[in-house]
Amino acid sequence: MSEAPSASGSDTWVLNAVTRERIRRSRALYPWPRSAVLPALWAVQDQLGFLPPEGLVEVAAELGLQPAEVEAVSTFYSMYFQQQPGRHLIQVCRNVSCGLRGADQLLADLENLLQVSDGQTTEDGVFTLEGTVECLGACGGAPMMQVDRLSYEDLDLEGARQVLAQIRAASSSAPGANPDA
Amino acid sequence: MTPEAIAAEVKASGLRGRGGAGFPTAAKWSFLPQGVFPRYLCVNADESEPGCFKDRYLMEEFPHQFLEGVLISAYALQVSHAFIYIRGEYRAQRQLLERAVAETYQAGYAGRGIMGREWDCELIVHGGAGAYICGEETALLDSLEGLRGQPRLKPPFPAVKGLYGQPTIVNNVETLSNLPYIVSEGGAKYAAIGTPGSPGSRLFCVSGHVERPGNYEVALGKTTIGELLGMAGGVWRGRSLKALQPGGGSMQILGPEHLDLPLDFKAVTDAGSALGAGALVVMDETTCLVDVSMRLVDFYQHESCGKCVPCREGTYFESELMHRLEAGLASEAELATLADICASMDGHCFCVLGDTATWFVMSAYKMFPEEFRRHCGAGRCPIRADQDRAA
Repeated sequence: MSEAPSASGSDTWVLNAVTRERIRRSRALYPWPRSAVLPALWAVQDQLGFLPPEGLVEVAAELGLQPAEVEAVSTFYSMYFQQQPGRHLIQVCRNVSCGLRGADQLLADLENLLQVSDGQTTEDGVFTLEGTVECLGACGGAPMMQVDRLSYEDLDLEGARQVLAQIRAASSSAPGANPDA
Repeated sequence: MTPEAIAAEVKASGLRGRGGAGFPTAAKWSFLPQGVFPRYLCVNADESEPGCFKDRYLMEEFPHQFLEGVLISAYALQVSHAFIYIRGEYRAQRQLLERAVAETYQAGYAGRGIMGREWDCELIVHGGAGAYICGEETALLDSLEGLRGQPRLKPPFPAVKGLYGQPTIVNNVETLSNLPYIVSEGGAKYAAIGTPGSPGSRLFCVSGHVERPGNYEVALGKTTIGELLGMAGGVWRGRSLKALQPGGGSMQILGPEHLDLPLDFKAVTDAGSALGAGALVVMDETTCLVDVSMRLVDFYQHESCGKCVPCREGTYFESELMHRLEAGLASEAELATLADICASMDGHCFCVLGDTATWFVMSAYKMFPEEFRRHCGAGRCPIRADQDRAA
């Protein structure tokens, strides 16, 4: 996090200038400003890694909405985080096609490698593991995991181990948001 | 070409929507009320049907062909804005599309006074944030308006009253990717690739227990399910086929006896399933269909938007029962309860998500009743128990 969250929201913004500019550009893009809610929430999450209440208040102010309206939207969508996740999000698809090709084993392997359960974050804050996600649209490469933006397909234990090692080596140790995600 | 001439070619092509319902594209377009402006195009790139990965492939490999299709459609419909609603998980694909959109503006194919005509159209890529239900066209519209993505009551249909209360057409990525060919080569030539009832070609995503999973483009109506399976290398590891889903996670089960069926809308519907979103999921002889059903039911339970009771509560109880059944803990009476719950849901939910949450499990139960019954009181999955004993 580059700036400390403010409790009052009066003069100190949680959102930095870049995020606010992104929100204003989105607001101008749509025939109805309210359509900018999802893009605005993405902008906040890109900066902070999750959606703190102060951030929602500022989005509401930018878009002329009530904070409760923005919060109601933010809690509907599973990709918006209410709490700070790890620096890298690992999603393991266990839907039908991946399930048929060993996704349960892949998730178990990842739980062992990372020493966390489905839904948890590693102690060093580098990885959050999610095994309850939608079909990730990579059924042709099952079993697979998505780490941040990218798919890693046709994985076995060794493949998963290598991917994690590469990401861990490339990842900065700083906690908080991951601008590449 | 005039907008009317494009619509006429699309009509001649017989193109049917590739998102799942297979509704004729030209007929959908014709529902726009005359003379009501502004009107909008929303492209459904919220691909999230289990087993489906074709729109992702099209956007990754052929983004310009896709955007050309979007703009042809936008021009034919005379919309002021074309929105591409892409699922949140496809973030890399969204960034790729945003780059292609910027190139489109630079080339003068979007924005104001496109190609010297009195036609302005903005092209906007809009990222979702993880909600399967937003693939339902009216939920997509609510989500695009900055709301929770829950379906709307129909009618009015989006063509009459859609985004921002204005006439709106919602088309799928693959549907629109067909338009450059249809417009340049003619609708009749496109139609002739397939058959009269299933014109054109189509991408099928083949996944599960096959040697070469992937996207395969075939002539509709002229290719059989078995031939498509053959293109993907057949059932893997030399095993035999137990069951398949021809249209993605929502569609009913078919068996080896259906391999000679053509990939034809009507033929597959007559067989008790549907081509749906064009995803062939293949299951070999070792598959436990209770386990597969449980996975799919869990998915719908997770993705139910909570708007209507039959879906919200039904998928919850369905999921509880499926977990007990797969663990070998359910009684035969509970199996009857499962069927009862599904009967109460199918056709009684606010949108099709709740209906489809029952289709695979009930069709699998009907095709393999003994396999479901064997799980009752078995203490564990009997299929896995058999496999462990044989190992």
